[in-house]
Amino acid sequence: MDMSPSFAISLAVLLPLIGTVLIGMSDRRPNQREAVSILTSIALFYVVAGFLPDVMSGARPSATWFEVLPSLSLAFEIEPLGMLFALVASGLWIVTALYCIGYMRGNKESHQTRFYMCFALAISAAIGIAFAANMFTLFIFYEVLTISTYPLVAHKQNEAAKSGARTYLGILIGTSIGFQLIAIIWTWILAGTLDFKLGGILAGKIDPTILPVLLGLYAFGIGKAALMPFHRWLPAAMVAPTPVSALLHAVAVVKAGVFTMLKVGVYIFGIDLLAVTQASDWLMWLAAASILIASTIALTKDNLKARLAYSTVSQLSYITLGMALATSLGVMGGAMHIAMHAMGKITLFMCAGAIYVATHKTEISDMDGLGRIMPFTFGAFLIGALSIIGLPPLGGAWSKWYLMLGAADAGHQIMIVVFMVSSLLNVAYLLPIVARAFFVPAPRFASAGAAAVPVRGGIQEAPILCVLPPVITAIGCLLLFFYAGEIYSLIYPVAFPDPSSAAVQSLAP
Amino acid sequence: MLSAILAHAPALQTVVPLIAAPLCVLFGRRHLAWAITLAASLISALFAAYLLAQTLDGSVISYELGGWAPPLGIEYRIDAVNAFVLFIVASVGALVALYARESIEQEIDPALHVYFYTAFLLCLTGLLGVTITGDAFNVFVFLEISSLSTYTLVALGAGRDQRALTAAYNYLIMGTIGATFFVIGIGFLYMLTGTLNMADLAERIAALGDNRTLRIAFVFIFVGIGLKLAMFPLHLWLPNAYSYAPSVVSVFLAATATKVAVYVMLRFLFTVFGFDYGFQAATLQTIVVPLAVIAMFASSIVAIFQSDLKRMLAYSSVAQIGYILLGISLLNKPGLTAGIIHLFNHAVIKGALFMAVGAFVYRIGSSRIEDLRGIGKQMPWMAAAFVAAGLGLIGVPLTAGFISKWYLIQATLDEGAWWLALLIVGSSLLAVIYVWRVVEAMYLAAPVQDAPVKKAPWSMIVPTWIMVLASLYFGINTELTGKAASTAADLLIQATQIEKAPETVPGAPAAGE
Repeated sequence: MDMSPSFAISLAVLLPLIGTVLIGMSDRRPNQREAVSILTSIALFYVVAGFLPDVMSGARPSATWFEVLPSLSLAFEIEPLGMLFALVASGLWIVTALYCIGYMRGNKESHQTRFYMCFALAISAAIGIAFAANMFTLFIFYEVLTISTYPLVAHKQNEAAKSGARTYLGILIGTSIGFQLIAIIWTWILAGTLDFKLGGILAGKIDPTILPVLLGLYAFGIGKAALMPFHRWLPAAMVAPTPVSALLHAVAVVKAGVFTMLKVGVYIFGIDLLAVTQASDWLMWLAAASILIASTIALTKDNLKARLAYSTVSQLSYITLGMALATSLGVMGGAMHIAMHAMGKITLFMCAGAIYVATHKTEISDMDGLGRIMPFTFGAFLIGALSIIGLPPLGGAWSKWYLMLGAADAGHQIMIVVFMVSSLLNVAYLLPIVARAFFVPAPRFASAGAAAVPVRGGIQEAPILCVLPPVITAIGCLLLFFYAGEIYSLIYPVAFPDPSSAAVQSLAP
Repeated sequence: MLSAILAHAPALQTVVPLIAAPLCVLFGRRHLAWAITLAASLISALFAAYLLAQTLDGSVISYELGGWAPPLGIEYRIDAVNAFVLFIVASVGALVALYARESIEQEIDPALHVYFYTAFLLCLTGLLGVTITGDAFNVFVFLEISSLSTYTLVALGAGRDQRALTAAYNYLIMGTIGATFFVIGIGFLYMLTGTLNMADLAERIAALGDNRTLRIAFVFIFVGIGLKLAMFPLHLWLPNAYSYAPSVVSVFLAATATKVAVYVMLRFLFTVFGFDYGFQAATLQTIVVPLAVIAMFASSIVAIFQSDLKRMLAYSSVAQIGYILLGISLLNKPGLTAGIIHLFNHAVIKGALFMAVGAFVYRIGSSRIEDLRGIGKQMPWMAAAFVAAGLGLIGVPLTAGFISKWYLIQATLDEGAWWLALLIVGSSLLAVIYVWRVVEAMYLAAPVQDAPVKKAPWSMIVPTWIMVLASLYFGINTELTGKAASTAADLLIQATQIEKAPETVPGAPAAGE
């Protein structure tokens, strides 16, 4: 591309906004509206991917918009973590944009224009978060993301949607204003800057005994990371249409949360500071508890989306834990898990949506025998599930590998046990779904609630636009296993700011 | 010619609406009266903008009214502090004048329209006069001009709801008590110093030092203005006055009247009394800080349970005044800056909210939340304006409310008062609840009427959206508000020399030993 970096960054943030306006203008023409949505997503991915070669070669493209408060600017700078997050969000937007069409039309949803507009707005906010050059900018887009996704959660406008959306907004706004804003202003007073700087900006500026408090304000303030006990919004958000759960509550919103967590750990506190002061020890234990408790709750859920939601809560804490380990390998594992979990979880959610469109079933106990009717959907589900569990040759294997290495490196061998127990729990709550679908025969007499089920044999999949996207992302899970090395070398400068330790280089996949 | 006029800008700014007021009655035609009102308020706004531009760098304009030199003559004294407030009042006045025409069609008997415009212009005159003058007694005079006309304006709401009369009467009694306290305080000061010019007062008070008369004067003035600005628990007149007044009056009062009272408070606290004595500082820190915090919580909680939108916004105003007072009573520069900046931001935000409500009243004749169900679809512009301004009230980034909150939290953390910071965010989360109740009703509930509701008229949409866009603009670009507020804070602190006050070093030998 021949664009100047600063123009291209602004373009990346503004493209979805332009898309929002165009979508709004094609209110009465569904085909045009959805064409705009897809074209915008492709254009955005093109622009975002255009930064990759530069960032890989060590450049840090940047742009400054304007100063909001004295010496606090709305500014952007692309560094590897943000690059990765932006690639994941914008790349999966294309798949989801396709999927939306199949799902929304298949279900004859209302208010579709509002839906597509808010969706594009949310992506714009996610890109803003990814490219933010300082905590101030990040916080602004973080809040935009919360507000713009509220109408998506409340989409159905019934009592359940309203109360879910209330929990969603209440917890996300409550934590971000109640804790995060205070943490940010406190940081600003201490450090005199909010710019992200590798190695942190707080070293030597804060009393180490108070460091865990500030970290706590951040950790709980970043409600989108769904760290227990502030995780309730995520299951509540499952009232949203499934494409929203897929892209936003498995990728953009929750990943914005853990991405912010990583940014704060690496660029505000600095891994070295955390390691020396052990300020993040308590966070590590809390994240571990969050992983195990959420996985256990997932086991008890019969509603498929609820089970996936609790699985997400647990997987997000992997990334928080990776940061809290305060080792380079932990950061590497956490960053990789952003991409790996996104690809796997979006597959699972899109499959859940496809099942709903085809059969209107939401409960796992009703899905016996469905695998024979919907083999592609459940095949994709299996691959996604195996990636989440962390089996090779799927992407999820690598991130878990590095997280465990990070735990060993930090001297917290017990965390390896946590990861392994959690993997077993993943097996226990994900695989039975597939097993029942394929091996348990469908009930002879369909219950009254599921009258739409075709009792006769043969393949009856959801519309092609509902099935193709999860198949694509399932293939993506496979590809990520082989291309993990690219991610490794992208994140390398962030995770290992001091490249003198050549030993770690041999650990590359 | 132009420079000759501009030289008299300080006087003209007040005189233009004052002369226009009787003209409205004399011509007696309501459309002509509207045109006169709009022209007069626009001219005032232009003068105010000019004065703000002149003083933004920290310089002070002194204007001798009628050529009589102070301290005997009345001095108009304009610095960044009051130029900023003048600008708020005059520009809101101009927007309200534009908005009023359609709004009062529905709510006030056409025969009374000319009186409405007259009272409105007098009220504007009074508020501008209070702000611009440098003479303590003159403050009282203008305060009464604005108050008396306000009572009339509130009572005009009787056309829609008879309770407006009780509300106005209540306000009249409370307001008069406040004014009496204030003038008694001024009387004490005059007795003590023999002057009424503020600058002169400040010097003589400083020369006299602490004494009992001064303390009593301070308390009387403090309580008197406290009533006018609806400081908790002296706010009881406000909810009724705002709810039953005609919508356009609620807009104007919410955006300007209490703000001007806060300005008078600032002026007396800092410029006239100064902080050479621990007494005032102690009053602020031990009385006003807790009261402000109680206001922030109690009023927000009461707002949550209101079924009438105007009443809800009125209680929210009491809570927001709590923020402003909290900022001021922190007595440091960031706190003052936060207070002053919120003075402006809240004026814009609350003005926009009341304007949106006025449009609902105009179309469906009610401001009850349950009657507003589904209005988001039927009046998209106004509902969107309400949401955008409501986000500002909560303090979401990219709105003016966020800037206020940022400064305020920074000020409390600077003082090490982290518990105050927590209380501030806690109470702003209450705002989420009461704003979101309305949002849910407007967008997520089924429409209450089958008959389609028409969009609001353009003459209401345009001023409302100017206010909304201003609240967004000042959330993104804080150059004007930030600069004006910090210059103002600097001036006020210089006046009191808080920063220069020698710190008492524990253990150091006292001078007398």
